[in-house]
Amino acid sequence: MSTSEFGFDPDDDNPYDLLSEDHDAGHRWAFGTGFTDPLEGVDTSVPDGIDPGALVRYCLALGDDALIYSHRLQQWVARLPELEEETAVANIALDLLGQARLLLARAGGIVGQSEDQLAFFREEKDFRNVRLAEHADRDFAELVVRLLLLSTWRLALFESLAACADPVLAAIAAKGVNELAYHRDYAAGWVVRLGDGTDRSHAKAQAALDALWPLAGELFRPDPDALGRVDRGACDAVLDTVLATAGLERPATAPLALVGGRAGRDGVHTEAMGYILAELQSVARAHPDATW
Amino acid sequence: MVAGEARRAPDTAVVPAARTPAASTPVTQRTPAYDVAAATPDPEIPTLTIEDLGILRSVDYSPGQGTVVTITPTYSGCPAMREIAADVQARLHRAGFERVTVATQLSPPWSTDWITAEGHRKLAAVGIAPPGAAPRRSGPVPLTLGHRPASPACPRCGSPGTRLTAQFSATACKSLHRCDACGEPFEAVKPL
Repeated sequence: MSTSEFGFDPDDDNPYDLLSEDHDAGHRWAFGTGFTDPLEGVDTSVPDGIDPGALVRYCLALGDDALIYSHRLQQWVARLPELEEETAVANIALDLLGQARLLLARAGGIVGQSEDQLAFFREEKDFRNVRLAEHADRDFAELVVRLLLLSTWRLALFESLAACADPVLAAIAAKGVNELAYHRDYAAGWVVRLGDGTDRSHAKAQAALDALWPLAGELFRPDPDALGRVDRGACDAVLDTVLATAGLERPATAPLALVGGRAGRDGVHTEAMGYILAELQSVARAHPDATW
Repeated sequence: MVAGEARRAPDTAVVPAARTPAASTPVTQRTPAYDVAAATPDPEIPTLTIEDLGILRSVDYSPGQGTVVTITPTYSGCPAMREIAADVQARLHRAGFERVTVATQLSPPWSTDWITAEGHRKLAAVGIAPPGAAPRRSGPVPLTLGHRPASPACPRCGSPGTRLTAQFSATACKSLHRCDACGEPFEAVKPL
């Protein structure tokens, strides 16, 4: 085959062929297809004045939010109403998976575990994601409302974390801000289209908001390990702007009750979490030493 | 055109200064190792090199570590980084550099402002509209509702009359547009 229309000779230096060369020997497949440490070459020493245990817990919390939520979004792929929504949701899930890898690698580097060990071999009680991340969307309205709630909160938090005391977490957050801004705009655009659309789409958007609102309160619980803070007023202002434009009513329902004073950050999850982990971890647990 | 037109001195490769604090701007002398690493193609658009894309931050040598190539990821989840790192390493090995490490640099985060003028030209040549200037922010990221940024000119026919059809295209770094004049859909690199 000769040079393609892009001036690229496919027989020369095809990067995919290079992957199968011997420098990849021994790397795992499927659950980490030969991935190298996403923090390779980054100075991962923990600065003085930061409690390493608290930093690990905090990075796990934010990494687990992204990992579990990304998995939920991946489950939507091939079921979305339009091709444009397929590519959007798949790419948002990919961004979040990338954030999860960096955050789990940050935590794992301190406790001597790989991102794969943390993602695939922890028990449910050790996952620290909020319960909103594990919710199973019942329709497209729930997908976009949940994305609006989570991305509004996460964007505000990452803006704060971009200046936090741990330089690695700060760099991960600064990078994530640019991605989350696109996620929030995408979600907000759809919430407005549904809320301000037909009677049926409006009713579905309002029902999604009513169903998910009680789960959003957990995002704002005080966290002693936090290295950044979210201005709840600023989040509310963003949500109020979107809801007002969409013609949707902000629910007045109370946050979902805690379980014995505990919730997702304490490893106490909804029933949905067990099913997610069963799917997410099944291949890695069935073939723990499989290689390419 | 974004910052980047006249920033290339003939004998040096300079990480563009657009959003880079001066203190962290590495200025790498062009060395044989740099040239080999810089020619590494992007797996998605192989006519573009990692130098064109502003992914290559520096190539250093020390007797202790050997050759250290520092690259910066575009998006957190971009799967191309893996291929790029493997390719950089293989190319340097073939060129005779024995000890090669590919290191990641996360901060400051990659910006489309770092795509060079040559990168812009190559993107347009394969039918992808190059990015406009990345948003500069001070204070909270503003919500974009209704007032979308201008859709770029059609890379095929040059008409400015185009519409955004989707904020996410086949990859996270691109958006999807349609030209009202020639009717063709096209992708654009999103400002980041």
